Amino acid sequence: MHTIKLTPEQLEEFGAEMDTIRRRIVADLGEADADYIRKIVKYQRGFEVAGRTMFYLPPLWPAAVAALSVSKILDNMEIGHNVMHGQYDWMGDPGLNSRMYEWDNVCPSDQWKYSHNYIHHTFTNILGKDRDIGYGILRMDEDQPWHPYYLGNPLYAFALMVFFEWGVALHDLEVENLVAGRRTFADNKPLHRGIMRKVKRQALKDYLLFPALTGPLFPLTFAGNATANLVRNIWAFNIIFCGHFPTGVATFSIEETEGESRGQWYYRQLLGSANITGSRLFHVMSGNLSHQIEHHLFPDIPARRYPEIAKDVRRICEKYDLPYNTGPLHRQLGSVFGKIVKLALPGRPGRKTAKPDRVPDSAVAA
Amino acid sequence: MSIAGTLLRSRAVALASPHGVDRYLELVNPMWAAHEVRARLVEIHHEVDVPGEPPVATLTFQPTNTWRGHRPGQYVQLSVDLPGARRLTRCFTLSSAGSRPGDRFTVTMRANPDGEVSRFLVEQAAVGQVVHLSQAAGDFVLPEAVPEHIVFITGGSGITPAMAMLRSLLLRTHRGRVTFVHYARSPEHQIFRAELEEISTTGYGVDLHLVYPEQGGRNFSPMELERIVPNFRDVDTWLCGPAGLVEAVRPAYEADGPNDRLRVEYFKPPRASGTAGGRLAFDRSGIEAENSGESILEQAEAAGLKPTFGCRMGICFSCTATKTEGTVRNVLTGETSDRPDEQIRICVSSPEGDCAIDL
Repeated sequence: MHTIKLTPEQLEEFGAEMDTIRRRIVADLGEADADYIRKIVKYQRGFEVAGRTMFYLPPLWPAAVAALSVSKILDNMEIGHNVMHGQYDWMGDPGLNSRMYEWDNVCPSDQWKYSHNYIHHTFTNILGKDRDIGYGILRMDEDQPWHPYYLGNPLYAFALMVFFEWGVALHDLEVENLVAGRRTFADNKPLHRGIMRKVKRQALKDYLLFPALTGPLFPLTFAGNATANLVRNIWAFNIIFCGHFPTGVATFSIEETEGESRGQWYYRQLLGSANITGSRLFHVMSGNLSHQIEHHLFPDIPARRYPEIAKDVRRICEKYDLPYNTGPLHRQLGSVFGKIVKLALPGRPGRKTAKPDRVPDSAVAA
Repeated sequence: MSIAGTLLRSRAVALASPHGVDRYLELVNPMWAAHEVRARLVEIHHEVDVPGEPPVATLTFQPTNTWRGHRPGQYVQLSVDLPGARRLTRCFTLSSAGSRPGDRFTVTMRANPDGEVSRFLVEQAAVGQVVHLSQAAGDFVLPEAVPEHIVFITGGSGITPAMAMLRSLLLRTHRGRVTFVHYARSPEHQIFRAELEEISTTGYGVDLHLVYPEQGGRNFSPMELERIVPNFRDVDTWLCGPAGLVEAVRPAYEADGPNDRLRVEYFKPPRASGTAGGRLAFDRSGIEAENSGESILEQAEAAGLKPTFGCRMGICFSCTATKTEGTVRNVLTGETSDRPDEQIRICVSSPEGDCAIDL
């Protein structure tokens, strides 16, 4: 667990500085942000149509899968995730509105918004409240008590990666609480219908209609669509696991976060998240979730602003001597997979390194 | 496009799930749509341009073929992307005589200083501008069987729906009588003035009365109306104007109780004259204020909140919010309601005593 390093006065000042960044960006939102997201939507639809079309030409199968994968990744991350956070609600465009948007994913958007926007973003990294710590199936924090079940930690993580969109869809059913008797089957009943409807639509489109439209190429198109969904699952899983699980990211207890102030909330978001460095294209393909820290500080600000916000956040971190967890993808991933393996075994291996790492400035991309 | 249209509206759209086929079509051409209605501005005609006064213009739109047409007197919700990438929606009355599916229609609007949408369309928009529309709506229309004698009483911009009806009557070669009483500030402010005068002098049976109370014309009185239209209470009447006019005319018709000959549309809603007193709480933002008796929308704005709104007159439902507790009064109908967790239109609801809104 984490002990807060700032005094209450410092925390208040720290919170006020974050609020200032927020106000500055919100006041500046306009055409450039609208043009950007509309351009991304155009690319996404373009890749999707190109991918679906290229399935008619068997030699282009790999290109078709690539295009469709890119389309699904953009749809889920830079568009879906961010639009459903309400980042573009200020535009008043129903096509980019958090209440209306539905993504190309088996998890129904309204259920995702509850578990993600509300539960995960409000109670980030509070063990016992944030169900994104291990998603109810993994041991991702040394304070989660060990159980022989967790010997399968790497195996479960691999399965979650392959079936990530299904994991996200089933996340709301809280299967772990069902098994533990804290939740009843009846509690889940209202959710079943929404999930089934969405699953049917997604499956009908990807595994029946589009393959059927290619006639004799049905099996190839079917396999191509499945591959694109798989690629998206693997990519999304990896980016998202780098957001909160690399070594050095802090977790918090329910007791220490009771009645927390605005400043404390910002502090928890900052220390509970980690970034990934990379090129501009990499940031777009990750939905700018490579700036998980900035996303958690300002979840409803358009994600394309995170790189510019990051400069101020790093300056504030230096001022208060707070860690800013970032690194290239391979290092963050290595750290996450190390943790998955270590925590499969009993004990509290993280204890010695519980102090968040300082990452040298040189590790940060421009 | 009709075969393609049928196909695009069929079950084949499962292919476009979850975004829907319109999200793809609009990227190719904004005038292609399977469900949504959009329109391109094809002509701007300035009706009134008095220096120092808000200009009035009639805009002609070519809608997508998803437009189902309109009956004269109806209105449409129009959304437009304003500079700064903010899309706003407002309601406007259709001023043309009626349109069939896919037909062009006109909208006449005054560019009020605080009307962001009307100002943009009248002063800045260029031919080619694409806007987003609802289907036409509203019950302030002529019946299928047109009565022999019709009275229109209108004030200010409230003339627009009556004008649409009058144009439609002329097109249909209505053989009966039409009495048109309109109140305006001055001849210079009079929209459709030339057209009205032409209509009244060409023997269509339209008895036109343009009244300018600020220039010595007499304000509405039942006696005056009785002089022009004997037994007016038994004549089908369409009344549209600001609250002052409606409040003067309605009692004249309803002296002997409710009168279904009179159809009313407020051009602007009456000032909420709710009872002040008690506390108005905005749950989500944690703000509380003294209840001033104004509409909840106005009080929310006064408290620094920015709730979504559209028509500000109780027709478009853009501002719908949940009232969690307390009693509210509908300023249009006077009805009160004290049900908890009720969906209310905050632009036409004022609190009666303590009240809490999820805003």
